[in-house]
Amino acid sequence: MAECGRVDSNTSHTMDKSITLPPDEIFRNLENAKRFAIDIGGSLTKLAYYSTVQHKVAKVRSFDHTAKYSDISPPYLYEISMQEEVTARLHFIKFENAYIETCLDFIKDHLVNTETKVIKATGGGAHKFKELIERKLGLKVDKEDEMTCLIKGCNFVLRNIPHEAFVYAKHADSEFRFQTTNPDIFPYLLVNIGSGVSIVKVESEDKFERIGGSSIGGGTFWGLGALLTKTKRFDELLQLASKGQHASVDMLVKDIYGGSYGYLGLTGDLIASSFGKSATADKEFSKEDMAKSLLHMISNDIGQLACLYAKLHNLSRVYFGGFFIRGHPVTMHTITYSINFFTKGEVQALFLRHEGYLGAIGAFLKGAEEDNPNQYSWGENYAGSSGLMSVSPDMNPMQRARSGTFDMLEMDRLERQLVNLPLLQDPSSYIPDTVDLTEDAPAREYWLYCFEEALDGVVKRAVASQPDMPEAALRAEKFRQKYRHKLQTLRQQPFAYGSLTVRSLLDTREHCLNEFNFPDPYSKIKQRENDIALKYYQKAVKSLDELSWEEKQFALVRGVLAGNVFDWGAKAVSEPAFMPLGGQTDFCIFFFIPLSERPWLVDSYDQWLERLKGPPHKCALFFVDNSGVDIILGVMPFVRELLSRGTEVVLASNSGPALNDVTNGELQILTERIAAMDPVIEAGLREDRLLLVQSGSSSPCLDLRLVVLVCDSTSLLFPSRLDKVLAMVVRERQTDLVIIEGMGRAIHTNYYAMLSCESLKMAVIKNSWLADRLGGKLFSVVFKYEVPVGKPNKDCGAFSPC
Amino acid sequence: MAFNGHQRDDDDIIDENETPSKQPRSDKEMPVHFRNEPNSESATTAGRATSDRRTSQSATRHRHDSVKKTRPPFPWFGMDIGGTLVKLVYFEPKDITAEEEQEEVENLKSIRRYLTSNTAYGKTGIRDVHLELQDLTLCGRKGNLHFIRFPTHDLPAFLQMGRDKHFSSLHTTLCATGGGAYKFESDFRMMADLELHKLDELDCLIRGVLYLDSVMSSGPSECYYFENPADPDHCVQKPCTLENPYPLLLVNIGSGVSILAVYSEDNYKRVTGTSLGGGTFLGLCCLLTGCSTFEEALEMASQGESTRVDKLVRDIYGGDYERFGLPGWAVASSFGNMMSKEKRESVSKEDLARATLVTITNNIGSITRMCALNENIETVLFVGNFLRVNTLSMKLLAYAMDYWSKGQLKALFLRHEGYFGAVGALLELLHPS
Repeated sequence: MAECGRVDSNTSHTMDKSITLPPDEIFRNLENAKRFAIDIGGSLTKLAYYSTVQHKVAKVRSFDHTAKYSDISPPYLYEISMQEEVTARLHFIKFENAYIETCLDFIKDHLVNTETKVIKATGGGAHKFKELIERKLGLKVDKEDEMTCLIKGCNFVLRNIPHEAFVYAKHADSEFRFQTTNPDIFPYLLVNIGSGVSIVKVESEDKFERIGGSSIGGGTFWGLGALLTKTKRFDELLQLASKGQHASVDMLVKDIYGGSYGYLGLTGDLIASSFGKSATADKEFSKEDMAKSLLHMISNDIGQLACLYAKLHNLSRVYFGGFFIRGHPVTMHTITYSINFFTKGEVQALFLRHEGYLGAIGAFLKGAEEDNPNQYSWGENYAGSSGLMSVSPDMNPMQRARSGTFDMLEMDRLERQLVNLPLLQDPSSYIPDTVDLTEDAPAREYWLYCFEEALDGVVKRAVASQPDMPEAALRAEKFRQKYRHKLQTLRQQPFAYGSLTVRSLLDTREHCLNEFNFPDPYSKIKQRENDIALKYYQKAVKSLDELSWEEKQFALVRGVLAGNVFDWGAKAVSEPAFMPLGGQTDFCIFFFIPLSERPWLVDSYDQWLERLKGPPHKCALFFVDNSGVDIILGVMPFVRELLSRGTEVVLASNSGPALNDVTNGELQILTERIAAMDPVIEAGLREDRLLLVQSGSSSPCLDLRLVVLVCDSTSLLFPSRLDKVLAMVVRERQTDLVIIEGMGRAIHTNYYAMLSCESLKMAVIKNSWLADRLGGKLFSVVFKYEVPVGKPNKDCGAFSPC
Repeated sequence: MAFNGHQRDDDDIIDENETPSKQPRSDKEMPVHFRNEPNSESATTAGRATSDRRTSQSATRHRHDSVKKTRPPFPWFGMDIGGTLVKLVYFEPKDITAEEEQEEVENLKSIRRYLTSNTAYGKTGIRDVHLELQDLTLCGRKGNLHFIRFPTHDLPAFLQMGRDKHFSSLHTTLCATGGGAYKFESDFRMMADLELHKLDELDCLIRGVLYLDSVMSSGPSECYYFENPADPDHCVQKPCTLENPYPLLLVNIGSGVSILAVYSEDNYKRVTGTSLGGGTFLGLCCLLTGCSTFEEALEMASQGESTRVDKLVRDIYGGDYERFGLPGWAVASSFGNMMSKEKRESVSKEDLARATLVTITNNIGSITRMCALNENIETVLFVGNFLRVNTLSMKLLAYAMDYWSKGQLKALFLRHEGYFGAVGALLELLHPS
């Protein structure tokens, strides 16, 4: 049912309040905005628009080495340039209806070049503001059906935002238990609790049906609550309710039975009759108690009906939304309780992080159908999004006081559509992150502290990466403020962006850096280190070739591990005391890296060695980590050995920069240079047995569910000619070995990932806290070679029917 | 209120072929085999005979002689102590012989006289004279069945009376059901020196319903329904019988609501329940209007207009919400108009009482309908004291069942709305199962 109710049109009141709302912070990138949509509810307005964002990206370009440089050689092997790139972004903003006029004025003043003629509108309040919107913006208001918008929006967030849905558990260690993304979102039941309740069964993108509803909903709580308690505002009613004791108003089973009704298994505390004790004229009841009783009555009733409908239609996924739920822990708790009670735990009540935006998102999508937004993947931008409950007064009093109540969601269009890596054993149960910091309080404490402490260094690095830009310092300062604020928010609301993980902390930092045009703070460092490391490549290969076969295998593994120590993202390594290369020390130190002796913390080297004595793998997919020593002196010789054995190699590197991780662009240049020195690599490239692909990620971590499609199967001379799906490459080449390297990809994420083929996870633990947690010491080694259960150790193609 | 109830699978010993699904309708007596038994006032309930409800007719007859002596002494009461009301049924024997009369102790006479010569007891006790069943044969005795009720909070006064009238000296067994049988058991013992024989309320309810429907009294039919529920001008009450009623959804609306799926006389389960029941209606009405009795609340409701309080579909969409087949007159949000201050100030107490009644009634209808669908049952029987003198709710329920199920569901009602538990308790006294 529609969301109706208070629409405050008191203008003087509006003007008064508007001072506190910072429109320039909220309505970003308005210059190129188009395709507006608006959802006006009973008290909140949600505005959506599409815009393009210009931001800088770091590109690398190889110097021409084919020319004859006998005496003059360029200072570096490639040059770095900053280029402007335009990406698409969706903006969703939520603010109180009181601000609507001010907001419209602001939009009108800042909307420069738009061909937009129409604004899609939905929500119960849309018709009341129709005239105002048309007059202020000069756009024609085009009304869209509310339920259709809601469902469209719901499908969109469920498909695009990881950790969108959560279970609420008031008394658990973490109140929010986020659900892992399941690509199969249908069918589900959406229970929308506005002033009334609508129960909608959604079967596919375009097929949904309102199968039922109830008139006892949010409006009943609000209306009846206002009558009983003389409290006008919905929020205040909820606050009253959270302080009340319903047992003084409700007749419980024990009030009738004196205890439980054992015969039926009804416990004494169950409500037998809501308001059953207030059937008397001569007793006063407190507002709090009545509000609480009312809340229970309504939540239980809705929960019961939802269960009856879920049972009738045999559905187990039930999402709750509407203003009754929106960001209110009290109602999420009572609804959850009710669902648990009525289904005996068989159905879980699910809530959505962006539930408040569904209508606006849906209306926007309706208007943007010609752009086919559903064919793209979209990712939540952590820098531009407020996070869950940013406006909840219980959760975030600070922010509420700071400015008017507003909340934002920004989503970036991903250049590639992301799909699961086909080698995951069970994609539906795969969770990339090793530790969920929302649930692990000590780990959360540590990592938040760690990231906060590292912030100064990151800021310095960012400024240093742009020596020619005098305003870099100012931007870096803004970055510092933004990221610090995010960390503070996460300290208070670890659940703000779904499950909090080391990966999400790292990704948030990358998003914030990009936001302030620091696309690649490590570009210069990477350049220098790549350059130095290249000089030692031949020497390294030569010394390896002098070893016996068995010695060599160990030296190769040790080389990858030692190379991985050179990591600017790691706490221990980014400290000045440990800068072997940055300090221009002789490169020999590479061979004296303080690696721990075997047996390592996790050590299946013997099994790996045994495997190597067997037939070669068909194809290895190698997710690489850092640039410089790591990739050039650690990974490349390892790759070289695989190629020599007759194994094809697919090297997957980041699409965009993250810390000092090697990017696909850089890796292409490096590989080309190495090929010039090394006939094995050269032949590999030429014969298409060595392939460079993008991982699709710009994160130091790795989510194997969201791996790319686009890859560049080239021929370096014709980059990006052939776009091929990585997933396809993996299948075509019958990949039977996955190698994942580094802390971010193999420890923080994927440590427990189960693959359907052999896998090798290698990392050096460069953080003493983490080492401690895992029962090791700083620079402990993880060497985890795994063969899937049921697969013979030898000669087993990933897709062979063994 | 609770969810999945309980399946009486402990009763599955019966061979269905041998079990009559129902008492013979043609016979006024309850258990046929008790006819012409000799009086045996001295018999006690101590050695209860096993139930013959579940055994075959032939086996029952075979056992006649052994159960003859089990007829309990007078007075015969059945009691149901609910959350709000105590329901009491009393069998007044009209076939007392002169000899019996002489032997009868004074207390017994006094109780009989007190109950039958008054229609009101104390300030709150009431005998529903219109429900009285006359010339009933029970356990071989002819007499009248009286229906009495009083608020549960006046139970102490009742116990005091029982003490004053030396009820305990009669050595009778007081069969009681409802939650109060458990809650007040010790009060009965301490204040009135009475031992309660406690019985499950749902067992009693079903037993009572089936019994009262089966005794063809001279008065109006026990069971009825509403013809033309969609048309207020032609909506009329029509008598009917509960012939072949199974499966049956039995909705008992007392302070709270229990919904049972009944598959046979002794095979039933509690499907669910809701805490939004008669107690909620009265409780909210008292808070909203300052009234204090059910009758007052109903009276106000009959004069009010709920559409001033509720937000209808047409208030939001200007008419029907065609996309989802919702008619404009349907309530979109109960009390939804009360979100607005102006509208709060413009409604009357009568409007609020009416809206409360409509809200609670529709909600019960809605949950009932869903249960009927889930359980695949088409006959719904509404009972419970919420429906007492409450034609408004009954018509609403009849209409809701009919409209939302497109004529699939039929709502039935019973004249003795809230007394079935008490009747079931009385039957247990006379004929222990």
